Amino acid sequence: MCLGIPGRIVALSDAESRLAVVDVSGVRRSVNIACIVDEAHPPESCVGEWVLVHVGFAMSRIDAEEAERTLALLHELGEAQAEIEAMRNSAAARAG
Amino acid sequence: MKYVDEFRDPARARALASEIAGLVPRIARTRERPLQIMEVCGGHTHAIFRYGIQQLLPDAVEFVHGPGCPVCVLPMGRVDDCVALALQPQVIFTTFGDAMRVPGSRLSLLKAKAEGADVRMVYSPLDALAIARDNPAREVVFFGLGFETTMPSTAMTLIAAKKQGLRNFSLFCNHITIIPTIKAILDSPDLHLDGFLGPGHVSMVIGTRPYRFIAEHYKRPIAIAGFEPLDVLQALWMVLKQLAENRCEVENQYGRIVPAEGNRQALAAIAEVFELREYFEWRGLGSIDHSGVRLRASYADYDAERKFCIPNLKIADPKSCQCGEVLKGVLKPHQCKVFGSACTPETPIGSLMVSSEGACAAYYNYGRIARSQVVDTTGLRAAVKVGA
Ligand code: SF4
Repeated sequence: MCLGIPGRIVALSDAESRLAVVDVSGVRRSVNIACIVDEAHPPESCVGEWVLVHVGFAMSRIDAEEAERTLALLHELGEAQAEIEAMRNSAAARAG
Repeated sequence: MKYVDEFRDPARARALASEIAGLVPRIARTRERPLQIMEVCGGHTHAIFRYGIQQLLPDAVEFVHGPGCPVCVLPMGRVDDCVALALQPQVIFTTFGDAMRVPGSRLSLLKAKAEGADVRMVYSPLDALAIARDNPAREVVFFGLGFETTMPSTAMTLIAAKKQGLRNFSLFCNHITIIPTIKAILDSPDLHLDGFLGPGHVSMVIGTRPYRFIAEHYKRPIAIAGFEPLDVLQALWMVLKQLAENRCEVENQYGRIVPAEGNRQALAAIAEVFELREYFEWRGLGSIDHSGVRLRASYADYDAERKFCIPNLKIADPKSCQCGEVLKGVLKPHQCKVFGSACTPETPIGSLMVSSEGACAAYYNYGRIARSQVVDTTGLRAAVKVGA
């Protein structure tokens, strides 16, 4: 109930009442999109978007740019690790 | 699923775990005792056990499991209230499935259903509203529970009920709020926490600003975290990095879901429908000031507490149960006297054994896996162990 699940909005069912159809891993159900609609984001703009669904409500758009930024940081951490490992290995190689 | 697999990559987990191990010696206080980082949210507790994250970490870093599982903190008397409501012949009692098995002093909702009460599990409060529309001759009560994550959905459902003029729908409101809860933990003399993983989905609603007092007043670092294993590890790394650099800030690891300002529409719905209670009773923790909400007078017609006579009795937890200590993080689940013997997921004594987000259930279900070294389903732990 608290975790939520990512899904993609595939259609509007009733823009007036802020209802849309979401596809969550192939399962479709009606969700309320009032939390992700405002002047800058009319209901029509939600179709095709990835959202996080909690108990029948789309609570947040999944921000792809932010996700990529987080992944990039993770990637850098991984690279630093590779670097350190390379240093360690070459030091070991030198020590013979 | 979008951004799920990317945040389960074993190679990255390995890299992060070793970055974390590298940070620990730079934090002076680890020489005296292990660092204690509390994950407030039950969703994180579940992820930590499911992916075996604790086992990836140096001994000097410990997770302390917080009280952020709304089902776990339901006092027994409240379950009795639900059962009393559900047993009224005109009532259809609707609830999230998570609450069905929480023991009351005599019955759980599941057992009440077996005794003939009309209890229906719903996925969404909107489904409860639909049941009310379909059954105009019955009284439909929705059992609202959860922190700010689920509060907006309940609020919006009530706004819709009022708009539609439905008279046979009401809310038994047990929503709780996160900030007073964290304050109570920080003021608790038994705990010596070094930092926090902040709850991801509560923050999606309230934003990052309400946590500032943790950094500014209590001088503890906090990083708001997502729920995949890499999210948890990365947020932990952020907290430890703050400790190593003597900083205390509110950082946000979960930017893909959590905007700094929260969700405006959700907050407006909450403000329209709910107001703070003076205090609210928690299982094991006692009463915490301003930690719960109730319906505003303008929604009185939809308030089950005004519509029905609710016993509202205080029932002491069974003597053998140590849920309170575990909820506060003072005891580890396996240190409870009845853990795994009298209290198991099949025969729960305390609510922490019921919900999959409860520390005791997580410990019971996944802790044994770790002990017998069976590889978990994602292969993450196995991959990390092999590589380390
Ligand atoms: S083992 Fe059972 S009784 Fe003990 S703290 Fe956990 S849930 Fe409560």
